[in-house]
Amino acid sequence: MGLVLDVLSWVCLLGGAIFLLIGAIGVLRFPDFYTRLHAVSICDTLGAGLVLVGLMMQGGLSLVTVKLLLMFYFMIFTGPTAVHALAEAAMQGKLKPHVDDRES
Amino acid sequence: MEYLIDIVLLGLLMITGFAIVRMRSLLAAAMLTSIYSLLSASLFVVLDAVDVALTEAAIGAGISTILLLAAVALTTDEEKTPRHTPLLPLVVVIATGAALIYGTLDMPHYGDPEAPVHRYVAPTYLHDTPGEIGVPNVVTSVLASYRGYDTLGEVTVIFTAGAGVLALLGYRTRRRNSQGPGNRKLVVLRVIAKLFFPLILLFALYVLLHGDYGPGGGFQAGVIFATGFILYALAFGLGNAQRVIPHQLLRIMMAVGVLIYAAVGIESMLLGGKFLEYRVLADDPVTGQHLGIMLIELGVGITVAAVMLIIYYGFVSRLHSGDM
Repeated sequence: MGLVLDVLSWVCLLGGAIFLLIGAIGVLRFPDFYTRLHAVSICDTLGAGLVLVGLMMQGGLSLVTVKLLLMFYFMIFTGPTAVHALAEAAMQGKLKPHVDDRES
Repeated sequence: MEYLIDIVLLGLLMITGFAIVRMRSLLAAAMLTSIYSLLSASLFVVLDAVDVALTEAAIGAGISTILLLAAVALTTDEEKTPRHTPLLPLVVVIATGAALIYGTLDMPHYGDPEAPVHRYVAPTYLHDTPGEIGVPNVVTSVLASYRGYDTLGEVTVIFTAGAGVLALLGYRTRRRNSQGPGNRKLVVLRVIAKLFFPLILLFALYVLLHGDYGPGGGFQAGVIFATGFILYALAFGLGNAQRVIPHQLLRIMMAVGVLIYAAVGIESMLLGGKFLEYRVLADDPVTGQHLGIMLIELGVGITVAAVMLIIYYGFVSRLHSGDM
């Protein structure tokens, strides 16, 4: 049982780390603000979320897990809200999305 | 392993510092200072200074960023290019930096048990706290009890700062646009703010009352409390926030906190002790200490929260409608 839990938690931790890496690469590589936001939102939800889930499995049934659960709850709400607010602010600031004109 | 975290954090701190200096956009510089504070808070956690980390995260990364952003919104976003040559400032900075680094050569090594700071009063505090004060968090016992005078001075400084900002910025009452900006576009933000507002206030109370047992206390609690209301004001507009806490009330609360602190001191004098000698407050000395610490932490929290909100109100009431 302990081994299964360990393997599962490591899968979650590594998965979260990979998503964080993907998000970071996306922020650097994507062409404009809106696509970069898209990359950032992956970091907040999937990346940090999976890392927290992995840590919860390591914590077992304890106070640490409850605290991690609270952090998870906060992350899952505040991350997307912050990204949404940023996108909204950019729209209000009349920032045009980057469009490839060769296609149109 | 801990070395690695230290190096990464300090390296990031240095990069952020250089980025702030190089950045011409003040808005971006304000955001970078927030990151800088968050990194320092993480460093404090690594150094096991959790109380300081909590303060740094709440004040540095939270409130001061919002105040900086408000100041940027009031002035301009672009840094002016300096007219004079950078040669003289560079010489001054290099000389000062060299002197500071030279000064560190005489400092004891990190974690050295023979360092003067560990041989002076710290052992007494660590040894006497369980018996005399009976709170697990020694930081709180030093801050609130052994060093009560200093903390009273700090609260007075915060009060003076608030009064100074009030005198400089003043406060503009505005009738129109009390509903706040944007209306329809802020739906998501408003729902989430409504969801988190009570939780933030609850957490502030927890930090205030749990300060004896874990990291926290009046300063942190006051700032977190103010953050909750600033979030509310950001989402729903200043007018609605003022319906909950009016400016007049804040001005009174700002003084009430300091007065509660001083009154605890005078009360202990009236009961036959010295100024801020809490053990005379109750029949049992340890209970007296608990009571005294709780009361002065409450006073600190009230003053800090009121001052933070007054500074925020002062900035935002000067902005044009709908900016923040």
